[in-house]
Amino acid sequence: MKRALQFLSPILPAGLVVLAVIILIMPFFFPSGFYFRIGALIFINAFAVVGLVILIGYAGQISLGHAGFLGIGAYSVALAPVYIGLPPSLSLFFGAGLTGIIAWIIGRPILKLKGHYLAVATLGFGILVFLFLSNEDQITGGPDGITVAALGIKPALAAMGIKAKTSVIWYFFTGFILLIGAWTAINLRNSPTGRALRSLHDSEIAAKTIGVDVARYKLIAFTISAVYASIAGSMLALMNKFVTPDVAGFIYSIELITMTVLGGATSVLGGILGAAVLTILPQALTFFHDYEHLVLGLIMMLIMIFMRDGLLPSLMAQIRRKAK
Amino acid sequence: MTEMLQFFMSGITVGAIYALVALGFTIIYNSSGVVNFAQGEFVMLGGMTTSFLVHAGNPVPLSILAAIVITIIVGILLNKLAIEPAKGASVVSLIIITIGASIFLRGAAQIIFDKQIHRFDSFNGDIPINIAGATILPQSLWVLFGAASIFSGLYLFFNRTMMGKAVLATANNRMAAKLVGINTNWIMTFSFGLAAAIGATAGALVTPITLTSYDIGVMLALKGFAAAMLGGIGNPIGALVGGLLIGLIEASTAGYISSNYKDASSFIVILLVLFVRPQGLFGFKTVERV
Repeated sequence: MKRALQFLSPILPAGLVVLAVIILIMPFFFPSGFYFRIGALIFINAFAVVGLVILIGYAGQISLGHAGFLGIGAYSVALAPVYIGLPPSLSLFFGAGLTGIIAWIIGRPILKLKGHYLAVATLGFGILVFLFLSNEDQITGGPDGITVAALGIKPALAAMGIKAKTSVIWYFFTGFILLIGAWTAINLRNSPTGRALRSLHDSEIAAKTIGVDVARYKLIAFTISAVYASIAGSMLALMNKFVTPDVAGFIYSIELITMTVLGGATSVLGGILGAAVLTILPQALTFFHDYEHLVLGLIMMLIMIFMRDGLLPSLMAQIRRKAK
Repeated sequence: MTEMLQFFMSGITVGAIYALVALGFTIIYNSSGVVNFAQGEFVMLGGMTTSFLVHAGNPVPLSILAAIVITIIVGILLNKLAIEPAKGASVVSLIIITIGASIFLRGAAQIIFDKQIHRFDSFNGDIPINIAGATILPQSLWVLFGAASIFSGLYLFFNRTMMGKAVLATANNRMAAKLVGINTNWIMTFSFGLAAAIGATAGALVTPITLTSYDIGVMLALKGFAAAMLGGIGNPIGALVGGLLIGLIEASTAGYISSNYKDASSFIVILLVLFVRPQGLFGFKTVERV
């Protein structure tokens, strides 16, 4: 048995199995259908965060405008069915492809920048996408948002004789997609590409010296993480059947970055934990009404000051220390 | 021509405020390497506190002074409670800390003050002054005068006083500054206080024109950060030129193209400039030692 597990571990990392089990077991503890929706929101945010783990944790780059890519994905599923006549399911792939192309093109000049210059350039890109979505109201519906056609899983399942609530379907659908995304990212980590990315995280010059094409690998990481963000945006729009430009907003970009760093930027599972914490937190804080911002800001500062490596790595270190 | 002069006037007023926010970024960045996204909240605190004190019946100069002092205290507390304990954290963690601080301050302002839009009366009334067919508000002149005094005052401070030179030394090389006996921790605290004072002054000067509310800080911080980067971070002259340029670009886009895209224009220009000069207009190319 143990041998079989060891044999499987390169293909199916233990952490991923744990994640799958959590996704399957959690619904038994849900007191109401509302929790399925929160769960799906966590999985969607986590999916975008997994992309950022590749960019921040593996390659050591930063993007303060990643919500811009979510915006492109979200508005692709809203607009492609209307203007190009694609079915919603295909427009998700259309959005991912479009985002990939855009990221590849703008990534070239942007990724030459370093540190705070990279931060302001990505920030600028995100704001431009946001402004385009809010200002071109004849196409995008402007700040009021636009409705999105349904994906059509529910009728498809019903045709097969499976009846389930929409929120339950979305919970398991997004959970499944997250598992695929996390599995891809974890496998990428130890692939030749992943090693090259991590080498330029530690020292760009050292990476260059041993023959890593630094510019190319940065661009690869940026494009992959943008595609992750786009798919997350598409899923969000399809689930809500509605989208507003806020999906591409600066605040959302910051929330995604915070989720990534909060959980531990180098770890895919850490990122997913961070996404879970920061998605649940505002829901819990609604009890505080007016104090919501105050508490959110305070928690962001406290965690960054006292758990610098992020939640998951800090917790693991604690457990290991206890075990000794 | 008159039209152009008019856009120039409004552009330079907003630009002066961006330049002051960018200057705050520069001062804190130089002493600590931290990009302080709560800089916009200093401007908000300055404006909000002044207008509340004025409406409580206090004279304007006293209210402004009190607002500046309160904001300085907030700035120093921010350094002591959030930045110093996080010494050695990564760039991304520090960015998140200051963004957390800005959300925190916004939340606090919304509880202590309220969510309404506020203003107080201009210092010298609201009758526009006519210059070659274009008009400018007396309060705009106050903003320009304030920005000019702050920039020239700081120029003297950095070049003529021991304290100012100690700040410059810390910015150049922290370790070397420590070795010659400069208390770099104190310099950092001082810089946060100074940046807070500059932000609060900007807020108090501009509130009669642009009005203020608890959430104006975000966009100001983004524009100020962009202005500082456009000029080349760490350079006060760069902050001044970057801020004024962004103000002028915005005003002319709003005037000639569409006011919907005035925010977009500044970011497009920043992206284009950074593509050509990755170190900003006045920044130096840094060589990385291995």
